[in-house]
Amino acid sequence: MKVNLNTKILDKNEQAAIQNRAFLAHHKLDCLNLISSPGSGKTTILCRTVADLKGKLRLGVIEGDIKTDYDARRIRAAGAAAIQIETEGACHLSAQQVSWAINQLPVSEIDMIFIENVGNLVCPSAFDLGESGRVVVLSVPEGDDKPAKYPGTFAQSDVILINKMDLIGHLNFNLERVLADIHALNPNADVFQLSATTGEGMQQWYNWLLKRVAK
Amino acid sequence: MHETAVAQSIFDTIIEQSAKLKGAKPLRAVISCGQFNTLNDEVMTFAFEAAAEGTICQGMRLEIKHIPLSAECQMCQKQFTFDIHSPVCPACQSEQIHFQPDAPLLLEEIEFEDIKDQGLS
Repeated sequence: MKVNLNTKILDKNEQAAIQNRAFLAHHKLDCLNLISSPGSGKTTILCRTVADLKGKLRLGVIEGDIKTDYDARRIRAAGAAAIQIETEGACHLSAQQVSWAINQLPVSEIDMIFIENVGNLVCPSAFDLGESGRVVVLSVPEGDDKPAKYPGTFAQSDVILINKMDLIGHLNFNLERVLADIHALNPNADVFQLSATTGEGMQQWYNWLLKRVAK
Repeated sequence: MHETAVAQSIFDTIIEQSAKLKGAKPLRAVISCGQFNTLNDEVMTFAFEAAAEGTICQGMRLEIKHIPLSAECQMCQKQFTFDIHSPVCPACQSEQIHFQPDAPLLLEEIEFEDIKDQGLS
């Protein structure tokens, strides 16, 4: 006996994502989901962004890691509210975990929420968290083959940050190849080259963020 | 390894459906996925077997369908099946490609042992 379902497998996640989206819309909050490999510099980008945009953009951060609250502490030290989710082994954040975290943030004092996903270029892209935009970070030391090797993640992003550009002179990183691969997969994505350590290129990223909240 | 979360979700739905059918034994499930949020067959099968072990789902067959992604070249208008490993138009090599929406992760159907058969066995 066959039972035809055609139900979305991640339906519980999607229902929670829909609720998150409604909550964010109600509180007029923009929300970006940051996805990258471990060690690409997501937290460093966020810390610098929080510090440099102080007085211009009020940020709240949800940190996803398998273990520890190191990242949330770094964000708080930079000057923003941060909630840590420890996934205890899971390789991605779920919309249900984000629902819990959003409710811990002081939403009336925030313009934009960043969700820093668990460092992983594969799994997080399958899980809608209710965000309004996706940011993918690729750092120069990871190599220039990442967009080609992880096409799903790069194809489903709104902005791509190429971080650690200050190191490009020391590495075999073919920037033209990366830009061409990204363009082939996702011609609509904005791509910014920057270094969160030196600060070069950060202003174009800030302009992009400020334009979003001005809308 | 999002396959483990996918496997758990499929397992939960099968158990729910089985309960609606007075505990009928599930034999086979068919799932489908797209090209961007794709599933690895081997990992998916392993994750599902791990979830099913020691339950009514043990020994079930899981069929995984990979739905192709249709694309159209913006330069020469050729319609083709997008190959994620070669993201260019097969006719003119252009990179200006428009995709149709990628297929979602779906649990399409579950096959259960017929309830009347259970009485006979």
